[in-house]
Amino acid sequence: MTNNEFPVSEDELHAYVDGELPADRQEAVAAWLATHPEAAEQVAIWRAQSEAIRARYGAVMNEPVPERLKLDRVMQHDRPWRGIAAAAACVAFLLGGGAGWFAHGAASASMGGTERVAVDALQAYRLYTVEVRHPVEVPGDERAHMTQWLSKRLGYEQRIPDLSSLGLKLVGGRLLPGPDGAAAFYMYEGKSGERFTIYCSRTKAPETALRYRDADRLAAFYWVDNNQAYVVSGPADRERMETITKAIYEQVDRPTARKS
Amino acid sequence: MAVAGFKTSVEAAIPALRRYARALTRNVETADDLVQDTLVRALRSEHLFHGGEVRSWLYTILTNLNRNRLRSLARRPSLSPIDDNDAPDMAGPEAGGRDIERALATLVEDQRAALLLVVLEGLSYREVAEVQGVPIGTVMSRLARARVQIKSYLDGERPALRRVK
Repeated sequence: MTNNEFPVSEDELHAYVDGELPADRQEAVAAWLATHPEAAEQVAIWRAQSEAIRARYGAVMNEPVPERLKLDRVMQHDRPWRGIAAAAACVAFLLGGGAGWFAHGAASASMGGTERVAVDALQAYRLYTVEVRHPVEVPGDERAHMTQWLSKRLGYEQRIPDLSSLGLKLVGGRLLPGPDGAAAFYMYEGKSGERFTIYCSRTKAPETALRYRDADRLAAFYWVDNNQAYVVSGPADRERMETITKAIYEQVDRPTARKS
Repeated sequence: MAVAGFKTSVEAAIPALRRYARALTRNVETADDLVQDTLVRALRSEHLFHGGEVRSWLYTILTNLNRNRLRSLARRPSLSPIDDNDAPDMAGPEAGGRDIERALATLVEDQRAALLLVVLEGLSYREVAEVQGVPIGTVMSRLARARVQIKSYLDGERPALRRVK
């Protein structure tokens, strides 16, 4: 079937461009193209497209691999810590404008599940951490009651992390509407009044690695594991946020202890 | 396969995964997020990997993760903040680079993935068929459609973007 006169199909032309033909057929098609200028032009166009794509993205291969993608790092935590704050546009959206709590439904419907949870969490942070008198519904000294209540409302066992070793006192918690049902919101306070919050909710969003976003003096770490989304929000002090998030992660992520 | 061999193969694939993800998403951060999630998954499910090409397997994970990501963004892409592909590129690619980038943006996801796996990543049609979980014939028709679409975009037809900014 290596006859020059044997008609060359379009599929074969693609295969020719992509080097998928056996050597003898490759030659036969090359010879055929010499007498079929229209097909030859088409082939030239496809090749130029491929070249343009390689020219545009080929250099990524030579970029140094960012720390967060180094395998040691990925293995070390399983859920590696993000290197750099990301997508300015996203952060601008998270923190921009005066979109109040009640606008959250409309605004967040547009985003991926995880992003949406993070937006809701940051809005809750902005709304409630400024409250002096009523930041929470249940005060932190009623931890047992709060655990029971919110576990029931969210439908899975709540573990309210103890961050006292990091100098953070549990202010309390509240129930909030989340993207896929109820959400729990816990607030902690440091010695100089700085506040950190944990927002958690069931989610249908796919599992993700830990992500970090910050802007405008506010930061969030968030992740999804086992259909549960967690967002830790606080002042944009990356090192401190990382320490706190790690402590929280270690306390909430104990799958063997999970109730069905 | 020995554990060390597996890790080495995964590690060796990282630059190419970043390249593929960058071209798929046309956004540095989104691309690296995808690669990170791919690596986490690959290492976690190492026990599920029974020989074969580690590289193709990684491309498969990444392709699927990106499909999931787009599915969740698709609810209302017009407000999607992380897919702002028209944002100025700091690397300042020449006009040709921007054109091919925009042209890629107009492709249907499965066509874009098929084309990139072939021309950028150098996978064979058979490997792409495995990555995408479709027959080879489907891969070929995706390639053909992608090339027609890119040509018509570059020729100035510039149909409305499927995924609006």
